[in-house]
Amino acid sequence: MIHNAKSGHPGGSLSCVEILNVLYNKILFVPKEWKKSPDFDKRDRFVLSKGHASAALYSVLAHCGFFSREELMTFRHLGSRLQGHPSTRLGLEGIEVSTGSLGQGLSIACGIALALKLNNNPARVFVLLGDGEMQEGNVWEALMNACDKKLNNMVIVIDKNNLQIDGSTDEVKSIEPLDKKLESFGWRVVCVDGHSEEELEKAFLSAKGSQVPFAVIANTIKGKGVSFMENNAGWHGKAPNDDELKIALEELNA
Amino acid sequence: MLKKETEIKSPRNAYGETLVELGKSNKNIVVLDADLSCSTQTCKFHKAYPERFFNCGIAEQDMMCTAAGLACEGKIPFVSTFAMFATARCLDQIRNSICYPKLNVKIVATHGGITVGEDGASHQALEDISYMRSIPDMSVIVPADYNEVKQVIKYVSEIYGPVYVRLARTNLRTIFDENEYVFNPERAVKIFEGSDVTIVTNGETLWEVMSAAKMLKEKGISAEVLHTPVVKPFFAAADVIESASKTGLVITVENHSVIGGLGSAVCEVLSANYPVRVLRIGTPDCFGQSGEQRALMEFFSLTDKRLCDTISRYLNKL
Repeated sequence: MIHNAKSGHPGGSLSCVEILNVLYNKILFVPKEWKKSPDFDKRDRFVLSKGHASAALYSVLAHCGFFSREELMTFRHLGSRLQGHPSTRLGLEGIEVSTGSLGQGLSIACGIALALKLNNNPARVFVLLGDGEMQEGNVWEALMNACDKKLNNMVIVIDKNNLQIDGSTDEVKSIEPLDKKLESFGWRVVCVDGHSEEELEKAFLSAKGSQVPFAVIANTIKGKGVSFMENNAGWHGKAPNDDELKIALEELNA
Repeated sequence: MLKKETEIKSPRNAYGETLVELGKSNKNIVVLDADLSCSTQTCKFHKAYPERFFNCGIAEQDMMCTAAGLACEGKIPFVSTFAMFATARCLDQIRNSICYPKLNVKIVATHGGITVGEDGASHQALEDISYMRSIPDMSVIVPADYNEVKQVIKYVSEIYGPVYVRLARTNLRTIFDENEYVFNPERAVKIFEGSDVTIVTNGETLWEVMSAAKMLKEKGISAEVLHTPVVKPFFAAADVIESASKTGLVITVENHSVIGGLGSAVCEVLSANYPVRVLRIGTPDCFGQSGEQRALMEFFSLTDKRLCDTISRYLNKL
């Protein structure tokens, strides 16, 4: 997709593939018929706050049958429903909110969670954030708000791949100690290997019934699965060329 | 349509009272504030329906996105704080999380313009209309008195889509009769008929312009006064063009910067449809300062007498 589009964000997409896989295949209730489903209102809401990982989300949604896999090849092209960052304007099945400008998805999710509570709707809200995104002040306003408003119907996952565009999060602006910061805000925090589907599933299952908002810190590797992309900040927002694509696909399929 | 005997009434109270009225029958209305609920008068809604009121604390960016989330689920969020903090502080959130997904969020900001007064430039929103007007799908409304605010709030609760309503801090004279006036978003309100010059205004400068027009009349200048509460979408353009084609001269007056607000909206439609001279009166390209409300209006030449002077001098020079 990203190769075809000649642009996109492979690094941060590959780091969250297992997270999305587990969520969509084992945890979330989201009917693939989307708005046509009679159970649409009962669906769990998913917000991709790190909107630049759109390629990963679109892929998982297509594989789950929300829309055709052929449509993936329109990614980032003029007129496509698969915008560079997710948009609700084009009616793409599975896209709950428009994101892209970092730091806003968690606040939006809090609003959704508040509305679900007002409506006595037992559905839950799941949010995927990037670790670099945790530098946005808006995120911390929302983290504070979620506990203040007792939003225990919300689960966040932080894709902690330790890299951002200008380098490592430690070099750019440290977010550590992230778990302690979240705990001090009143969140229940679990740290897992973000590439272990077993660990992720276990963590998500343990979120059910939590009295407070629940955070999963998923330790991941940016560019996971492609040797030359792994742990390389240079692959944050760059498309592979023909040769690189060939190697990447061979490695990912191995 | 115009009130025979005017009273001084708070547009902010009109907002708070109308929210309570609307909230009674429309259970989807929710209200968010950022620690200024007594100033914005959303405290009235809080008292009436505590379960549908959310104080977001001093966190406007979070408040706008939370409102977006509530709107995703079919709620009709009214979001309030001072105009300064309801716009510039969270412009990205309004653009990307409210307008881009075209969510049904109503931003009702109080304390717009120079008449915030003593708090000074940091609190005087002189660019808010410009910011809001430039975002696709955002509507912008600047009502002029207590009675119009009531109708505007009801109107925005009934239409779908993001809206920015700008209210003044100041208690204002009532201009419109509560029984006769009907707010029409598609038309300019012709306050006075005139032939020498068209004056277009809205918000709290309407009363000053009406008074200035009477003074101009004594000087032999016949001013047509148009009130255009809806700055975007600027449906009133047709009425402005028609009036300009009659008088051949247009003056805009607003409690806002002359860049990007009502004056700019008027220039945009006239330059394309009926080019005439336009003088934009408002705050010039500068910051405000502390001062008593009336003194500031005087300083920026927005009082009736100053307007009369500026306009008659401009006409004499032509």
